Amino acid sequence: MATIINSHIFILLLVIGGYLLGRLIFTKSRFPLFNPVLIAIAVVICMLKLLDIEYETFKQGSYIIDFMLGPSVVAIGYVLYEQSAVLKGKVAMILSSVSVGAVVGIGSVILLCRLFGCDDIITYSMQPKSVTTPIAISLAERSGGVGAIASICVIITGVSGSIIAPLILKLIGVKSPIAKGLALGSAVHGMGTAKAMEIGAIEGAVAGLSIGLMGVATSLFMPIMEAIFY
Amino acid sequence: MIKGSAIILLFLFLGNLVSWMVGGFLPGSVCGMLLLFAALKLRVVCADDVKGVAKALTANMALFFVPIGVGVMAEYNLISSNLAVFIIVPIATTALVVVVVGAMQQYLEQRSTDGNNN
Repeated sequence: MATIINSHIFILLLVIGGYLLGRLIFTKSRFPLFNPVLIAIAVVICMLKLLDIEYETFKQGSYIIDFMLGPSVVAIGYVLYEQSAVLKGKVAMILSSVSVGAVVGIGSVILLCRLFGCDDIITYSMQPKSVTTPIAISLAERSGGVGAIASICVIITGVSGSIIAPLILKLIGVKSPIAKGLALGSAVHGMGTAKAMEIGAIEGAVAGLSIGLMGVATSLFMPIMEAIFY
Repeated sequence: MIKGSAIILLFLFLGNLVSWMVGGFLPGSVCGMLLLFAALKLRVVCADDVKGVAKALTANMALFFVPIGVGVMAEYNLISSNLAVFIIVPIATTALVVVVVGAMQQYLEQRSTDGNNN
């Protein structure tokens, strides 16, 4: 029994099953806190504890899913290509807005974490929290953070951001569809993009594009900011 | 499907190669993303060849980060003893980024249309 439960197939089923369950609960409830990934992670952790499966065993068994992160980041290149028409005539503006956003995002995380007096490992893991998870994980690990913590910060950002970002944009009077999409995609990655798609087609396309742009901007500015602050 | 997968893997490999050459300044996957974008723009790679695989990968991206998310198990103590940080910092800084990007982009657009009218 133990060998069956500890097999790669069982662990793969656990991950995919947990994800499908999370997606089902999310689509049925439409409640932002019931994020599919959050549910999947909770379900998998509970099952591992319940069935007494070691984390190391889980890690080996789920390696093939983990591996897919790299190819999925590369695939964003295609999305970027598909939506690049929106950029026409606005490249410089969009690039500068996203770059400033990346610098402000990284800087504010570093300063707030200092204010709270937390360990550098937390700051390093939190810095890329506005970036899509697979990129955030590799950026956090590059700096000396922990991928798992980075992914949780990305999800917290996604859940909270997709609720507050539309309200903030309304509050400060942002009406331009491109500005809305850019703010949602660059601050709140994939979950912000999903929200942007609900608002409108241009907003959604720009948000999708800015996921990739924010990933690149954050990759470039993180080492520079680290050189300044550390 | 196989051709598309091969192209994506090839660009991941090329991305890792470039990343290694620049001393890890950009992650390999991000380099691969930029290289694929450039190759599609320059028509080195045909968009239809990668479309299916790319769509499938990006549509199910959330699944791929479940395993690493489960890794919080190992970091439970660190997170539970810093719970306030993990809630306040992401929310506050995200709000700030939304304000900065949204306001700046709208300002730049208005300035450029005003400029064109003059």
